[in-house]
Amino acid sequence: MSSVPTPSQTIGPFFHDALLDKNYSELVSPDHPEGIRIKGTVYDGAGEVVPDAMVEIWQADTAGRYDHPTDDREDISLHEDFSGFGRSGTDAGGEFHFLTVKPGPVPGPDGKVQAPHVMVSVFARGLLKRLVTRIYFPDEEVANAVDPVLSSIEDPELRRTLVARDEGDALRFDIHLQGDGQTAFFEF
Amino acid sequence: MAQRKGEEAAGYRREDDGVQPPYLYPDYVATRLRAPKKPLIILPRTLSDTTGPAYGRGAVGDLDDDLTRQHSGEPLGERIIVTGRVLDGDGRPVKSNLVEIWQANAAGRYTHHLDQHPAPLDPNFSGAGRCLTDAEGRYRFVTVKPGAYPWRNHDNAWRPAHIHFSLFGPAFRSRLITQMYFPGDPLLEHDPICQSVRDPKSRQRMISTFDLETTQPEWALGYRFDIVLEGRDATPMENHR
Repeated sequence: MSSVPTPSQTIGPFFHDALLDKNYSELVSPDHPEGIRIKGTVYDGAGEVVPDAMVEIWQADTAGRYDHPTDDREDISLHEDFSGFGRSGTDAGGEFHFLTVKPGPVPGPDGKVQAPHVMVSVFARGLLKRLVTRIYFPDEEVANAVDPVLSSIEDPELRRTLVARDEGDALRFDIHLQGDGQTAFFEF
Repeated sequence: MAQRKGEEAAGYRREDDGVQPPYLYPDYVATRLRAPKKPLIILPRTLSDTTGPAYGRGAVGDLDDDLTRQHSGEPLGERIIVTGRVLDGDGRPVKSNLVEIWQANAAGRYTHHLDQHPAPLDPNFSGAGRCLTDAEGRYRFVTVKPGAYPWRNHDNAWRPAHIHFSLFGPAFRSRLITQMYFPGDPLLEHDPICQSVRDPKSRQRMISTFDLETTQPEWALGYRFDIVLEGRDATPMENHR
């Protein structure tokens, strides 16, 4: 059996009824004491908003544990009500939004610790493959400074695109697909 | 220090080999302003991406895998069965994994409010389905064959008939959204989205095969579409070294 993956294709413009039939953007209930809002706008290379994108997030719980069998660290108990997965479409203004909790720090390569972060996938018409990025937190300056992934990015401008901005009632994480201020995107 | 994959001369460079589409494929006009231009940063393998939302998102309903039985009447069009196996990069079945699909109706029209193609909507067809793979990684949908439809990418542009597939796989790394095409479709060679995959063998992997074994007499034609996801433990890069 071939081990070469099936090629990716664009999500196209017509995914909403199938993939966003319910609200999957709230990972915790609105009255959760540690709930935080994360929102952002997706922009294209001309600076226009992208109203037909889908943004997915994947993250650890507040203790830094992922709800997945590969994360088998039994010294950190799993928060049972938290799946760590969210999905939001962008609206007419190109904006997505999530209600979640801030994840704890998680293990990194070579025994290092990674600063708290949220994994992000971006899908849209015009994206033949998803884009992968990460949301880091503005109140984690010390941990961010030694995060192995952030510190692997030499360009400080590019590095800064991965840290959300605190707007008081929410954290803002705008995604620039292209052009000046392009968000840092990853490959595996 | 992040290393660019392109610098590894002996490495397996998916984008260059045409096994995966590039971000920028100018014939598909929408990529021109949406493809990132800065080099991608190599992400080291960590628990953040070897884990993932592997078990999907909530319950799958009884009729979710039969798109012909979601309304009071039967949809118009050619009834088909679409089935196949989901495997990871190491050839292991991806079990109990959510598969989500969506498609146009037999006339080539989506129920979506932004689809303005002057073809009829079908009150008995919504075009969205989901199911879980079984212990062998197998999924199965009953639906109708979607029609081709025009789009405005270039003059006289038509999308070949296709079904969108969304899969999670075992880890964040393995997330895939793709499209399944139909064998012998004359529109495939004119479609920049399909042609963005430059390697012919890889392109072939997006085209289902007609399957007489899956076909049910007096009832529905069968198509087979197997899907290979990135493995949790191995990447194509490592497999090909």
